[in-house]
Amino acid sequence: MSIELGHFALILAVAIAAVSAVAGLAGWNRSERIALLMRQGAILQFLLVAAAFGALIQAFVTSDFSLKLAYEHSHSLQPLLFKITSVWGNHEGSMVLWIMILVLMGAAVSVFGRNLPRQLLTLVLAMQSLLVAAFGGFTLFTSNPFLRLSPAPIEGQELNPILQDIGLAIHPPLLYTGYVGFSVCFSFAIAALISGRIDAAWARWVRPWTLLSWCFLTLGIAMGSYWAYYELGWGGWWFWDPVENASFMPWLAGTALLHSALVMEKRNALKIWTIFLAIITFSLSLLGTFMVRSGILTSVHSFASDPTRGLVILVLLALFIGGAFALFAFRAPALRAGGLFAPISREGALILNNLFLATAAAAVLTGTLYPLLLEATTGKTISVGAPFFSLTFGAIMAPLLVVLPFGPFMAWKRGDLIAVTQRLAGAAGAAVFAAVLIVALTGGSISLAPLGLLLGFWVAFGAIAELVDRAGFGRMGIGQSVRRLVGLPRTSFSTALAHFGVGMSVIGIVAATAWQAELVTTMQPGESQTIGDHMVTLNGVDNLQGENFAAETGRFTVAGSGGTRQMMPERRVYEASGMPTTEAAIETYGFSQLYLQLGEASADGGRVVRVWYKPYVTLIWLGAVAMALAGFLSLTDRRLRVGAPRRVTAQAAAAE
Amino acid sequence: MRPLLALLMLVWLALPAVAVNPDEMLSDPALEARARAISEGLRCLVCQNQSIDDSDADLAHELRVIVRERLTAGDTDAEVTQYLVDRYGEFVLLKPVLAPHTVILWVAAPAILIIGGIVLVIVARRRRGVVTEAALTADEQKALDEL
Repeated sequence: MSIELGHFALILAVAIAAVSAVAGLAGWNRSERIALLMRQGAILQFLLVAAAFGALIQAFVTSDFSLKLAYEHSHSLQPLLFKITSVWGNHEGSMVLWIMILVLMGAAVSVFGRNLPRQLLTLVLAMQSLLVAAFGGFTLFTSNPFLRLSPAPIEGQELNPILQDIGLAIHPPLLYTGYVGFSVCFSFAIAALISGRIDAAWARWVRPWTLLSWCFLTLGIAMGSYWAYYELGWGGWWFWDPVENASFMPWLAGTALLHSALVMEKRNALKIWTIFLAIITFSLSLLGTFMVRSGILTSVHSFASDPTRGLVILVLLALFIGGAFALFAFRAPALRAGGLFAPISREGALILNNLFLATAAAAVLTGTLYPLLLEATTGKTISVGAPFFSLTFGAIMAPLLVVLPFGPFMAWKRGDLIAVTQRLAGAAGAAVFAAVLIVALTGGSISLAPLGLLLGFWVAFGAIAELVDRAGFGRMGIGQSVRRLVGLPRTSFSTALAHFGVGMSVIGIVAATAWQAELVTTMQPGESQTIGDHMVTLNGVDNLQGENFAAETGRFTVAGSGGTRQMMPERRVYEASGMPTTEAAIETYGFSQLYLQLGEASADGGRVVRVWYKPYVTLIWLGAVAMALAGFLSLTDRRLRVGAPRRVTAQAAAAE
Repeated sequence: MRPLLALLMLVWLALPAVAVNPDEMLSDPALEARARAISEGLRCLVCQNQSIDDSDADLAHELRVIVRERLTAGDTDAEVTQYLVDRYGEFVLLKPVLAPHTVILWVAAPAILIIGGIVLVIVARRRRGVVTEAALTADEQKALDEL
């Protein structure tokens, strides 16, 4: 019964969304009162989709296998958490999660957007509703999660064991919030194009949404990377897989958008480019969510497992993305820009940032789609893998990292490059010193990696230097500097923290790649081997029974500078599916990790054991966490909050 | 240009994630290191975008063994790679060759960067005299908009 209610709620939500979209787009400039209707519609959509989502969760939690989706992707023996996460561990259910977040965003705009000009608010909510109607309709017609089975099977198949992990509870919701959050920026951009009104106030309204989405996307990608690292069992943290690229492209474009919206908010310049980026970012988010599902990206050889579904997705993508760009081409020339500046200025630096980030996104997009286009046009099959992406992406990022620390030091309108260079000299010196010191201490024979390390330190120290300089340390008394530091606006801290995070990630990537140690060997019980400073001893292998799997557990003792620790990597076989997985054991020493994987039994009674020592590997993800925290910090800045009263004035002025 | 590219590759290369088995490994460390380096650039044809060095699949195992056999027989790195390309096609290479059918792939990113840079320089030059002036001409305004 609850399943049918959920089904009905989703249908009703889609219907309301369709009506809202039509009413809003048709009547945005006719009546002021329509805005109220749109706001109520958005909240109604949210409540209905939440009910539908709740009905699915209830069916999974109670193991109601008369629901086809629960039968196919859940099992009564799964722990409660994995029963819940099974809801979105599949195509249909994850569509409902996606729409759930989409209507949540719409409701949030409705609640927090009271101060927006009525026409803008109406258009934004109309666009959000259009998205709900289109993708909700897609879900109902091609991927309905509410189908029943009769008679109901007694037991379900199982959620893919690789997905039976806390990662599935965290990663998709974070990632989808990031993807879908950019829909608000997209809707604002379309609203600006339709109404023809765009100014610094528009940028101020869009910026919190950009920041919020970007933070979630950053965390989502980092979480996905760490999940792959510990779950897939061979210690890689980024594979340049199409699925990963799909999430990385909107991140690159979103990062560019974050910076260009800053220019627009502060200086009323780069309007058209900002609108363009807002459209691009959400378009890439759509590609990220749906190209993978259409079946054409996951494998070059198996085209859409369900051809109807793939085709509908492609048509929807073409309509939204193509429609947005058509509107852009048609209306953008009507928008007028303001804000003049010299090439050497904060604006100029941010434009350079945008050039490199946009190119990086384009490079990833080319590499991801080129094999498909080539095969479709010439029938030739090629692979574009990690070596290609590492090369092209690295070549674009390196110069960006070189110029990054200069940006925040530049004055708006007209900067002084020589003065900025002088103020950064300390940071440059410290970076050289740190890189040389590390290379000297670790042998220094490792080809050119020190330069990568230098870049990382340069970015990190440059971020600190900005705060030190702003507070005036060295130019005035310590006490006064500290007072100035405390008094700096939060956005200053968030800029420094985000850029410091970039530096951390770069240092982590370089160190973990260049200074990694590896041991692949066969060990007998009782045998010890050394890797770097650590001595690894295999004490024995036990057979254990988990809730829904049988496991072989290796008992290892690792002795080294960080003390003696026990490590227990596992090899599991899941009962329902018979699928084997490996669970690596990971020990963290400071920022470094020892990664231990239990392999197959060898013929002579030994065990294949793979051990990696990954120096400073955690900095890769901690850097991303720092970036996201910086984004949240920036969201709390006073200037974003006190903007509200001024919005009303701006709106009154705009309504003339 | 090549040393720079080599540097960047080294910096950004995904970790050498390994499914290589101890019994496959060659006793000569120099030869084994070469085998590993070659393996990282070869695709496990039955897997999702994994190199044969990362994959547990049987085919990946066979390819790893072939690579080591060829190296032991005295082939150069390029000859080993060519040997596999001859049998499995270009699809086996994770880093595509630079050839007429891949020119667009290789040139796209640098071209976008260069063209974007040129456009920015042109716009900046046009506006150099403008910064101090109060009004813009229609053309300059347009260039500004396009930025």
